[in-house]
Amino acid sequence: MSDRSKLLEVSVWRGMGDEGAYETFQVPARDNQTVLDVVSWIQQSADPSLTYRYACRVGMCGSCAMMVNGVPRWTCRTHVKRVLRDGALQIGPLRNLPVIKDLAADMDPFFDKWIRAGGVHRPSRSRDDPIQQVPPDDPGRVEANKGIECINCSVCYAACDTVAGNPDYLGPAALQRAWTLYNDAKVEDRQAVLDSVSGAGGCHNCHSQGSCTRFCPNELDPLSAIAGLKRASARSFFRRGE
Amino acid sequence: MLNIGLYMAQRLSAMVMAPLVLGHIAVMIYAVQGGLSTAEILDRTQGSVWWFLFYGSFVLAVAAHAAIGLRVILHEMTGLRGRWLEVVTCGIGMLLLIMGGRAVLAVTFA
Repeated sequence: MSDRSKLLEVSVWRGMGDEGAYETFQVPARDNQTVLDVVSWIQQSADPSLTYRYACRVGMCGSCAMMVNGVPRWTCRTHVKRVLRDGALQIGPLRNLPVIKDLAADMDPFFDKWIRAGGVHRPSRSRDDPIQQVPPDDPGRVEANKGIECINCSVCYAACDTVAGNPDYLGPAALQRAWTLYNDAKVEDRQAVLDSVSGAGGCHNCHSQGSCTRFCPNELDPLSAIAGLKRASARSFFRRGE
Repeated sequence: MLNIGLYMAQRLSAMVMAPLVLGHIAVMIYAVQGGLSTAEILDRTQGSVWWFLFYGSFVLAVAAHAAIGLRVILHEMTGLRGRWLEVVTCGIGMLLLIMGGRAVLAVTFA
């Protein structure tokens, strides 16, 4: 059993839109405790007006990401012991997104960019055609598989310094989605995928700093996916020039 | 604030610059080691089509490369965008082109 009297000092962002400040709470420490447990304790035991977002609590839904001591993390799978700094935690809404209230960030810009990046499946066959066979060891399928476990938590988007400096930039998650579609044998018009990510906010704005890959909680590699899009679009650029 | 066209222009201009920078450094070392005077250097460069093409292509590549690079920095650091970003990008490119072009003409035209 843990020392029941031990307390964590937790400062939590409170406010709406651009206005707000950190408010400090004393939260009982537990042996096994996630950052989401801490936020839930505050909402249930200290201040019921605290606003935050979560759903599955097991790292599948991508709802609960927040900034924890300045680092974007999925809070339901982040143990307090791993991130505690001098007995204190600072929890804020995700970076690079507007704040709705307290810890709930507005995810609209993130998902709008998925659409702008062409993140919609455009099938090459209709329901009347036979099902297309895709060998699991096909190189394109292997490449696409690397990115399909994205849970849309927006941790990579919050970690990206290019997004911070260039609000039009599509961001790592949307571009990784485009890369999986580009490698999907069932997608017929791959040039359309490349065109979607070759505009003013496209993959070519990435500075390859790698924060997306560094912080992805599912250990995906958006940095390599974006590099793949850059290579594919460069080849396409020369082919079109012929 | 880069699209595929600007991205390729910056990468291709870098590929042009890389061997030219090495050539330029080699020429500098040769000139210093050999103790060439200004008059002796100008004697070799003035009227030379090859030196005009060598440094002329270098200036063209620099003008494109630096203007696109500064465009990105200006956009991300100051938020400059839209028509003004295009004007500043073209302005930087033209400035470098004119300054570099004057220098190339000065040493290659008799």
